[in-house]
Amino acid sequence: METLETLHENNKMESRVRKNSIWKSIFFLSTLFGLIVLAVLIFRVVFQGISWIDMDFITGRLSTTAENAGIMGAILGTLWVMIVVIPVTLIIGVGTAIYLELYSKKGKVQSMIETNIANLAGVPSIVYGLLGLTVFVRLMDFGNVVLAGGLTLALLVLPILIVSSQEALRAVPGFLAEASYGMGATKWQTIRRIILPAALPSILTGSILSLSRAIGETAPLTVIGIPALLIPFPGGLFDTFTALPMQIYYWTIDSSLVAEYANLAAATIIVLLLILFLLNSVAIFIRNKYQQRY
Amino acid sequence: MAINSETNARANNAVNVSELIAQNKKKKSINNYIERLVPTFLFLLASITVLTTAGILYTLVSEAVHFFMEVPIWDFFTGTELKPLSQDPQFGILPLLNGTLFSSLIAILVAGPIGLMSAIYLSEYASDRVRRVLKPMLEVLAGIPTIVYGFFAFTFVTPLIRSIWPGVEATNILSPGLVMGVMIIPMIASLSEDAMTSVPNGIREGSLAMGTTKLETTFKVVIPAAFSGIMASFVLGISRAIGETMIVTIASGSSKNFTFDITESMQTMTAYIVEVSGGEAPAGSTLHYSLYAVALTLFVFTLIMNLLAKYVSRKFREEY
Amino acid sequence: MSVITENRINIDVKTNDVNERKAVNTNVQKKDRSIIYDTKNLNLWYSQSHALKDINLEILRNEVTAIIGPSGCGKSTYLKTLNRMVELVPGVSTTGSIAYNGNNILSKSIHVEDLRTKVGMVFQKPNPFPKSIYENVAYGPRVHGIKKKAVLDEIVEKSLRGAAIWDEVKDRLNQNAYGLSGGQQQRICIARCLAIEPDVILMDEPTSALDPISTLKVEELIKELKQKYTIIIVTHNMQQAARISDKTVFMLNGEVIEFSETDQLFSNPKDKRTEDYITGRFG
Repeated sequence: METLETLHENNKMESRVRKNSIWKSIFFLSTLFGLIVLAVLIFRVVFQGISWIDMDFITGRLSTTAENAGIMGAILGTLWVMIVVIPVTLIIGVGTAIYLELYSKKGKVQSMIETNIANLAGVPSIVYGLLGLTVFVRLMDFGNVVLAGGLTLALLVLPILIVSSQEALRAVPGFLAEASYGMGATKWQTIRRIILPAALPSILTGSILSLSRAIGETAPLTVIGIPALLIPFPGGLFDTFTALPMQIYYWTIDSSLVAEYANLAAATIIVLLLILFLLNSVAIFIRNKYQQRY
Repeated sequence: MAINSETNARANNAVNVSELIAQNKKKKSINNYIERLVPTFLFLLASITVLTTAGILYTLVSEAVHFFMEVPIWDFFTGTELKPLSQDPQFGILPLLNGTLFSSLIAILVAGPIGLMSAIYLSEYASDRVRRVLKPMLEVLAGIPTIVYGFFAFTFVTPLIRSIWPGVEATNILSPGLVMGVMIIPMIASLSEDAMTSVPNGIREGSLAMGTTKLETTFKVVIPAAFSGIMASFVLGISRAIGETMIVTIASGSSKNFTFDITESMQTMTAYIVEVSGGEAPAGSTLHYSLYAVALTLFVFTLIMNLLAKYVSRKFREEY
Repeated sequence: MSVITENRINIDVKTNDVNERKAVNTNVQKKDRSIIYDTKNLNLWYSQSHALKDINLEILRNEVTAIIGPSGCGKSTYLKTLNRMVELVPGVSTTGSIAYNGNNILSKSIHVEDLRTKVGMVFQKPNPFPKSIYENVAYGPRVHGIKKKAVLDEIVEKSLRGAAIWDEVKDRLNQNAYGLSGGQQQRICIARCLAIEPDVILMDEPTSALDPISTLKVEELIKELKQKYTIIIVTHNMQQAARISDKTVFMLNGEVIEFSETDQLFSNPKDKRTEDYITGRFG
């Protein structure tokens, strides 16, 4: 007769269970690995850069001497680029999402546009840089100005915003639209007054996330050609500019020449990460506050 | 009229709504106009994404054609020497392909196992509460700009490696490869986790009910069922690594070595584009056109990887 | 089919032994009882499946018509055809005609928006918009171009009173409608529907998501509304049909089996299948 105990021994249950718990710890440590690296990264950057951050650094102009360098120009440049990116991506992104979700007939055209967007999302950002260089900087002859950089980054993050807006629109329950149609409202009235307002919090969350992607993006800007040492502040769409990630890039690669530049890069990274952290907090706040219950 | 009926209404203490509506309907022609224009306008917006693709393809192909008129396509793809600035310029892409291959390989060797194991933990072992804490933290990792990883690789990871292994050069492919791996972990973890959580619970329970441990169930039942989804996440991870620019540009330098030594500096396709476009190659020069030939190669590589991932994951959807 | 034609002739013969019905009837006797919806040979397909089969029905103005039948019999589909909401399902096709006040609403030349302005609808699940109570009720008038605040105020109050919910919400008109109970939400939806003063109100199982007390309130309201509106109500609840309707339609597998005075249909069904259904032998 096989009792549960003999069964236990015959099946080597002891070692199987032990193996299970050992692997469980390994899986857990793997999950922690990424987080530990993240902690080291943040600790390292803060440790290196925090003492360099003061009012003069934030509000000052660029300089070749590390002690005098400030990043106001880069902050303004990033802001100016965002002034281009926000309206362009919102209009094109939300418009495209509305078209795909609510107007286009399910068929060839729709699936072609959707496949195309999925593929665009996988195109390396540096390739967008070449597109921007060829079309905006040279063909349209804007030069390496705010507008060219902004449009390039807008095209880059557009697929992210389109997909998240599509999800937001899809999440609006169909019975709201039905109720509106039932009152004799037209399609556009229903979209404008019912569906868009209901989807707005999620659309905003998505747009903030795509915006933070654009803020941190460097590669396309390197291709467009951002001056390494730009003293004047940008004041409009047709001014040359630098941006926070570009400044980090230049200071990092030059840190082998001037060691203090690494500290400047670290300080700039802190500022950049703070901005991103702030944006993400706003996104989470919007998501939690305006989440509808139906 | 409307005002009249309003005052009447006040007097009778009743608005005649249907009459008001009927009156408004008569002057609704502008609304009808909008109603018809909106879809067209939105279609035009949607077609901008198609134009973007067309723009990318046209830009890359039309400029690359100039390059291939000067450098034979065969020489480009088989040349092991890349000396764009020398007196006798050589344009072989193999050093760049080699650099890209090595950095991506190192990255996936880090991100693949760690990402998959994280996915196993999150999907099979973690309690709801733990998962709710860990997942958003992993997502933070994915939200760090690549330039920050580049800085980290160059100023922290490389010196760290060199202190253990002094033979490593100041710029090398190993360090950016490792850091790129860390960057890709959240992507592989979250896609693999999606694949594993979409395995029906019944299958899992069926296995556990026979007295298997969680580990055995995971490896014998869940992972096989989610296999194509996991593969797709790996392929997408590699694609992401191939296209990644800033980490390798900063930490691997610009030596165009055709070497298999990961302690040395290698240049990737992406880093080459940064170097050449930043150096303001004169328009019309072979050097300038080489930019587009390399970018076209890069574009095709990532496109193939993305299509492959899509193909693999579509197969996975058909399984149940 | 022959049953229906017989019943059409009998339409004016009334057998009223319920007191309440008598009272209502004396009230509305003078009312116009002409045909408002005349359905002829209506067939409807969802892609391949034949959902409505050769429907012929004449629905009269200022009456409550109940449509009953087991689930999947096509009663909701038919209701949604009356304001063409059925078109929101892709792949729907129809033949035959539905004349609303003499105009074929299935014709392409009809603007569905005009039709739906005249024919209101109350849905199975309360579906207020995620807006304030006031905005919910003012929605219809607003989309139809009424902008004056004073007029809107008046419409909102009148509609909420009409839906018998004014006293419950008058102090919190600016609160989100989702803070109300299910029964209150449904009455808000009815008020929203009343705000554009439709001629007809279509109700698609309006009480099926409500508790018994809320159901009772909504039924009371329907009895009020039938003084002024033509009401067509789909219900899975036969007692409800018997309580509130003048006429009852029994549908089965996409066909109209029987259509007659409610009392007659329930007390003396002509068709064996109707009898089986109302006595609970199937469905």
